[in-house]
Amino acid sequence: MIKKNMPKERRIILKNADDPKYSNQISCYTDRGGYEMLKKSYKLRPEDICEEVLKSGVRGRGGAGFPAGMKWKFLDRKSGKPIYLICNADESEPGTFKDRQIMYKDPHQLIEGMMIAAYAIQAKQAFIYIRAEFFEGARILENAIKEAKSQKFCGDKILGTSFSCDLIVHRGAGAYICGEETGLIESLEGKRPNPRIKPPYFPAVLGLYQCPTIVNNVETLCNVKHIMEMGGDEFAKIGKPNNTGTRIWCVSGHVNKPGYYEFECGALTLGEMIYDVCGGLLPGRSLKAVIPGGSSSKVLRADERFTGKLKDGTEFDWSIDDIPLDFDGPTSAGSMSGSGGIIVMDDSVDMVEAMANINAFYAHESCGQCTPCREGSLWMKKITNRMCSGGAREEDADLLLSVANQIEGRTICAFGEAASWPTQSFIAKFRDEFEQKAKEGAGKPALELI
Amino acid sequence: MELSKQTLNKIDEVIPKYPEKRSAALMVIHLVQDELGSISDDTCSWIAEKLDLEPINIKELITFYPMLRETPWGKKHVRVCRTLPCALRGSYKTCKILEEKLGVKEGNVREDGEFSIEFMECLADCGEGPVVMVGEKTYENIEGKNADKFARLLASNDLESSKDFISYEDNLSTGAPKVKKTTK
Repeated sequence: MIKKNMPKERRIILKNADDPKYSNQISCYTDRGGYEMLKKSYKLRPEDICEEVLKSGVRGRGGAGFPAGMKWKFLDRKSGKPIYLICNADESEPGTFKDRQIMYKDPHQLIEGMMIAAYAIQAKQAFIYIRAEFFEGARILENAIKEAKSQKFCGDKILGTSFSCDLIVHRGAGAYICGEETGLIESLEGKRPNPRIKPPYFPAVLGLYQCPTIVNNVETLCNVKHIMEMGGDEFAKIGKPNNTGTRIWCVSGHVNKPGYYEFECGALTLGEMIYDVCGGLLPGRSLKAVIPGGSSSKVLRADERFTGKLKDGTEFDWSIDDIPLDFDGPTSAGSMSGSGGIIVMDDSVDMVEAMANINAFYAHESCGQCTPCREGSLWMKKITNRMCSGGAREEDADLLLSVANQIEGRTICAFGEAASWPTQSFIAKFRDEFEQKAKEGAGKPALELI
Repeated sequence: MELSKQTLNKIDEVIPKYPEKRSAALMVIHLVQDELGSISDDTCSWIAEKLDLEPINIKELITFYPMLRETPWGKKHVRVCRTLPCALRGSYKTCKILEEKLGVKEGNVREDGEFSIEFMECLADCGEGPVVMVGEKTYENIEGKNADKFARLLASNDLESSKDFISYEDNLSTGAPKVKKTTK
């Protein structure tokens, strides 16, 4: 049942994507005002564009939620080295499938956003690092770049100005770690994608080829176009303070209508998303848990109360349904909105099996550079697999927790946290199920998720 | 090692695009692998020479990245998403059905080389899981009875001519209505 005052989707980024009359050809894009913002931006000074992006407050849509304007500000412009722009299109956080929609259905929006960003940061060479499983996506982008070049929206002397920026589509090869920006840079240099340690290797100072580099997510770069259309101040009015613009939420798992939905930040709660937008849970089922921001984010238990103080000092006391869908809401609830991938689990799920499934992912994707992560992620997988195959022991919950705690904070990149947060939160919130496994012994065989 | 003129041309086109030759490594490997199916030690050496590198610089990529291969997959390579959102929608069952109908276990190539199955990590289409890729095409909501039919069509090489399963990619270009979602 749809509530009367239910917030409506506000499609800015996905405005055209699912229109049956729209395709990924350049004529469709220009017919609807495409590349007009490029023309407008190239009449401005680069620093004016940076200022608008800063004012917009737009936060990165890839997972960390770092303000994009701030990232651009950190760029070392005095080194005299070339500056590079990289679009992180290695969409691979489990539960996330928004960037695919943009690139397959509206590639020119990304190219326009990138060419505005490139001019703003004065990058003469830009890359789209796309995951290799997006075979057709890479071809669509290649073709779109060709089209854009033929109309001087990209490449040599853009719009007849003295500014040139080439754009290359670079395909990865199936490694999740390439979504980590320094791992991505290593990969783009033709090496194994072992992430670099920060400091000193902040990409804005020492990025690609040790040159200043900006790495932004697909959705973030598309937002740049809309910021230029509205102006930074107007853009900042969408959503809530510190949570500006829209977000494309990706809902998967046990709801009736999984999918991607674009809403103003904070326009709805997690409960409204699950029950009103996504049509609720499957018949006869009840909610058990939600992973709110991709599989790395900490799991939320359906019957938890979330209490505390918001940044502005107001106290909150939320049920899982009350959590606002913006950047800060899930963070206040002890998790994060991450890449916007909301994974819904109903009461049919065995949480130890779900844990085992997630652990298998991280064990497979650890780059192996740091010992705690390489060994720890594998051991967590082995333990949860054993637990699901009838070999659970009483001490397993504590053992898992001790392994996870020895990874967190002891690795070069945030993959260590991404691999340990699921285990820490599953044990904290569903310890009873982990202990129950030991009592069941070999009685219950592994079922659906491992 | 023999590469077609077309592939050689593409390789020579892609390398100078990059500010540094080594950056072209993945793209060159993809081009070669697309034609040969896998990258042998000899091929590693050839690519390395092309990029002014040592063979180990290519070998270390082949052995790291999941999509790069030392031995080829089957003629039709089937990727089934294993990760949580697809698993919650039944991808483990889907994978089993495909294994049975195609006659090959995941991670393997069928003896006649026709099919191979890979039960792999997130394919980034979680809202329409379970997701199955056949070659370069993505098929959505392949579960239960649907999976059975899908596997049969795939096994008899009738999937592409079937109107029951339209890939994500073909849906884009034809503007055809989406595959009807099955209710679970």
